[in-house]
Amino acid sequence: MQHSVQAPSPLALLETMMLIRAYEEALVGIAAGGNAPGTCTSVGQEAAAAGAVRALAPQDRILTNHRSAGHLLARGADPGRMIAEVLGKRTGYCKGKSGSLHISAAELGVVLTSTIVGGELSLAPGVALARTMTPGDDGIVATFFGDGAACEGVFHESLNLAVVWKLPILYVCENNEWQAFVHRRETMPMAYVRDWAAAHGLVAETVDGNDAEAVQAAAARLVARIRETGEPAFLETLTYRTRGHYEPDDQSYVDRTELAAWQARDPIELLANRLRAAGRLDDARLAQIRARVRAVIDEAVAFANASPYPEPAELFTDVYA
Amino acid sequence: MSQITVNEAIAQAIAEEMRRDPAVLMFGEGVATKRGELVAEFGAARVRNTPLAEGIIAGTAAGAAASGLRPIVDLLFAPFLCFAMDEIVNSAGKLRYMSGGQFKFPMVVLAQSGAGWTVGAQHNHNLEAWFVHSPGLKVVMPSSAADFKGLLKAAIRDDNPVLFFMDLALGYQAGEVPAGEQLVPLGRAATLREGRDVTLVSYAKTVHYCVAAAETLAGQGISAEVIDLRSLKPLDEAAILVSVRKTGRVVVVHEASRLCGVGAEVAAIVAEHAFDALKAPVRRLTGPDTPAPSSWPLEQAFVPQADAIVAAARELVGTREYA
Ligand SMILES: Cc1ncc(C[n+]2csc(CCOP(=O)(O)OP(=O)(O)O)c2C)c(N)n1
Repeated sequence: MQHSVQAPSPLALLETMMLIRAYEEALVGIAAGGNAPGTCTSVGQEAAAAGAVRALAPQDRILTNHRSAGHLLARGADPGRMIAEVLGKRTGYCKGKSGSLHISAAELGVVLTSTIVGGELSLAPGVALARTMTPGDDGIVATFFGDGAACEGVFHESLNLAVVWKLPILYVCENNEWQAFVHRRETMPMAYVRDWAAAHGLVAETVDGNDAEAVQAAAARLVARIRETGEPAFLETLTYRTRGHYEPDDQSYVDRTELAAWQARDPIELLANRLRAAGRLDDARLAQIRARVRAVIDEAVAFANASPYPEPAELFTDVYA
Repeated sequence: MSQITVNEAIAQAIAEEMRRDPAVLMFGEGVATKRGELVAEFGAARVRNTPLAEGIIAGTAAGAAASGLRPIVDLLFAPFLCFAMDEIVNSAGKLRYMSGGQFKFPMVVLAQSGAGWTVGAQHNHNLEAWFVHSPGLKVVMPSSAADFKGLLKAAIRDDNPVLFFMDLALGYQAGEVPAGEQLVPLGRAATLREGRDVTLVSYAKTVHYCVAAAETLAGQGISAEVIDLRSLKPLDEAAILVSVRKTGRVVVVHEASRLCGVGAEVAAIVAEHAFDALKAPVRRLTGPDTPAPSSWPLEQAFVPQADAIVAAARELVGTREYA
């Protein structure tokens, strides 16, 4: 099978990141108004999601974690159905049974979003195994997780099994420095998760996670390698969670200097400035994109608000197949 | 009909299902080493040894099940399930519901437990009730070779995660197994013996003690009905209630400890739905709330034996006579 994953244009990457940002900011607002449960945002990490997801082909599968909105949106998920899910509406991707933390969408190849930290790592080998055992299937599996998940034992079990069974998995560790309310400096002796991965015998790279183009290029390279060899690979995106662990969170525990340094490297501004310098973006174009994104999100919120709640009888459906 | 052991029945069930359906595969620690005949027939891709890591074995099964395969995993001894609880309970059991029905999890988890091998508490722990308490899972614990085969085949074909517990002491016990395709549906109890005076409800190894007790009781003029639950989830409530309405007395027998055990559930079902039919309080005979001992006599004392069942049944029948 041939795959021509078009390298996404930088403008498309930019728009994806802006969509993710607008989506999460809208949810922050809804949550602040008391109309939704607090969600885990990925503000500041958009480049990692947009870059990596857009390096995948349509037949590839994705497993992700509680900070999944970016992955879903980059994959093309309908923001309206996502917000509906967060609000517990019947039109959500999971009929309101997931909430914001576990949205999966089979039709997009987004399987098994786990909010048990590391859960996605334990399931990924099985999804990949199924791919290898299906004749003619050369889809790969990308799984997204944090540096906190890398401290779970199952991280090592997963990588080890993927290597010995030659499973086509791209492990994407979004190293955003935080493990809920604990800085990873406190819990990890090493600078990079990559070193743990490399010890399991995978090809392991670290990339500037705030540079969408760099992430996309690294992911595309590793994806091609996985498809060619059938072996897993590991990509660590170095980034930062600029909002709290969940909404609301006063971030009183955060070092302001560190936060400011990362805010100065905002992935959206980084790419926008680069495009501007290259003469590929101007204020008018940027305003155009912003307006388009705004309209999509406004429509999504309206759809979600207008959607019905599930009937109480739905409590009992979908437990067993 | 042929006489085969429970272990042979299990092997037959797995081989037949792998033959029938190419999506069925099996993996676990030493699975390919110990089941060479399966490797020879189905190849190394479908029968795999794994690293010593129960969490990833169960998680991989869940991921594979969600993606079109039908894995059987052997987690060896039931206490090792503790390493795999997250993947079984939080993923396999919940993700169908949480995804709004987008995925299904046709997988079977094999685990051994029970007294008889004097292996001690870290290899012998009847923890089936943990899984009965977890939504989205099914739990099976048969007592005879025929049921092991028929239920395992049904479990492999089921689209949900099934915990399949094998009582260690039963492995080499032989029984009649009908030739050919014989499925035993999940969720249906078997009435092994009809009776009028008292119902003995059990599953796994202690079923055989109930049957022995019923014979002794028959010699003493007490007619005992014996029900083998076979599946703990779904639980055949109707079979229990029909029998209790007939006899008015129940002794529930299992090896797992009593508090919040399956016996407690059976007693509650009877109290809720057949209280009017009861002629005596429900009795539970269970293992104690202690880790399983290793020493043979202690291990035997851990399991409710036939004479204790006889005594309990006689007490209940007596309750009516002297009340
Ligand atoms: C097994 C488990 N332990 C603890 C938690 C609570 N928890 C949710 S998110 C989180 C932090 C995870 O950190 P990381 O994996 O680095 O991901 P991040 O949130 O930084 O994206 C914790 C501790 C959980 N959901 N699951």
